[in-house]
Amino acid sequence: MNHQETSISRAEPDRVKTGVIQLLEAIQAKHGYLPKEELYRVARETNKPLVDIYGVATFYRAFSLVPRGRHLISVCLGTACHVRGGPTVAKEVEKILGIKAGQTTEDREFSLETVNCLGACALGPVMVIDGHYYPKVQIARVGEIIEAVKLGQKERLVETDQRLFPLEVSCSRCNHSLMDSRHAIDGHPVIRVTVAFDNKHGRMVLSSVYGSYKVESEHPIPEDTVVNFFCPHCHAEMIGGAKCGECGASMVPMIVRGGGIVQICSRKGCKGHMLDLGGVVID
Amino acid sequence: MITLHINGLKVQVEEGTTVLEAARFLGFPIPTLCHMEGLSPYGACRLCVVEIGQEPNSRLVSSCTFPVEEGLHVRTASRRVMRARKMILELLLASCPQSKVIQDLASEFHITQQRFRQEYEDCIMCGLCVRMCKEQMMSGAIGFRGRGQKRSIGTPFDITSDVCRQCGGCIYVCPACMLRCTYTEPEKAICGGCANISIPCYVKDQFKDMMCYMDPCVACEIKKD
Ligand code: FES
Ligand code: FES
Repeated sequence: MNHQETSISRAEPDRVKTGVIQLLEAIQAKHGYLPKEELYRVARETNKPLVDIYGVATFYRAFSLVPRGRHLISVCLGTACHVRGGPTVAKEVEKILGIKAGQTTEDREFSLETVNCLGACALGPVMVIDGHYYPKVQIARVGEIIEAVKLGQKERLVETDQRLFPLEVSCSRCNHSLMDSRHAIDGHPVIRVTVAFDNKHGRMVLSSVYGSYKVESEHPIPEDTVVNFFCPHCHAEMIGGAKCGECGASMVPMIVRGGGIVQICSRKGCKGHMLDLGGVVID
Repeated sequence: MITLHINGLKVQVEEGTTVLEAARFLGFPIPTLCHMEGLSPYGACRLCVVEIGQEPNSRLVSSCTFPVEEGLHVRTASRRVMRARKMILELLLASCPQSKVIQDLASEFHITQQRFRQEYEDCIMCGLCVRMCKEQMMSGAIGFRGRGQKRSIGTPFDITSDVCRQCGGCIYVCPACMLRCTYTEPEKAICGGCANISIPCYVKDQFKDMMCYMDPCVACEIKKD
């Protein structure tokens, strides 16, 4: 029982008093699922009836009571992806893996879930595997993608990418270009978005050079603030399902012209980002 | 004190009372299903709808959860209310037709058939049992699990809860399942199951005098002789 003790008290010393959800999130992050004994522990430590904890754990899709696989595949069944064939993609994945949505393969390699919108409707049907976007998924390629993931997405990562190159991006919801050529940073047109944080709302421009991280904002953004990004054209919030690998804030997906998706961390100062170019992954 | 109008009648009630309590106090009947005195209001069944406000801007609210407001106009049986109530009853009938409580309510409102796909659920998610367990029995053995279509009431992990006191309070308040078998002799019981399970008050000393809702129950009969 000793290694479990750590999960709440030591890993989250100041969180014992905070809400059940945070506790469960910490456990889920540690084990990949919520083991039974841990739920009993949470109930004991928060002084709440077990059934309340269990109710929360079964209510949220983010929590799983059974072990999840090493890779998590989320197939989008949101409206936009649905009309573009999301359900057939889901069926195909189910067929290939031999499991239903919500289940895990016997070898614990893959878990499949269906979600309602991953924030990249313009690229539907969308599939996300371990945080990497696979846009405009074709049924014929599903097998190939899963094979590649099996071999290890990691091995195909280019470890440090020092190249600096400009990207041309558009909103992942409406596909309207976000480029603004009236303004330049690093000698290239900027990416224009609107941002909101701490009751402030304003314009912000980002350098379009991949790896530059330069931003200029109407309101100065304090370090470490998590900012909400909005498309200046369709006003939808640019938010996907993925979380930053470095700090855990949510990632902001944008479509790269020519195919692919770039995701940047929404926390000021965090350099977490991810670039998927049509299946080729450069981290 | 707060002054409001119920069906045109001006009344004064204590602050914090609900519209349901005020209307019942005046003698206006409002049907309820998920409301029970002694349990916190929950607003699950919507059967207690009333119309509040003046005509073009009036709206329907559940009276069991709506606290009285100064100058509020309430109608407990307007045409709109009756239509909504009948619809709710039809929906309840569609999901749980075998419930005696729902059948009685339906006949009271002259509903003889319903227009929806017939289902045979044994729970309408009114949450009475959950509140009973938590608020009256101080136990918290059962609760809501899951969400949406898969929402259900039960114990964690579907195993017998170690905090359940086997008082039967949940069965007692349930308007839908009618699980409680009211026969007192094993041979006459519907399934005879109760005669074969070990009833805690009978087998364990510490439960001898516990509060129990299972009256009449085989255990009491056995204990008597
Ligand atoms: S509907 Fe699939 S990403 Fe929005
Ligand atoms: S009695 Fe008011 S909603 Fe059920």
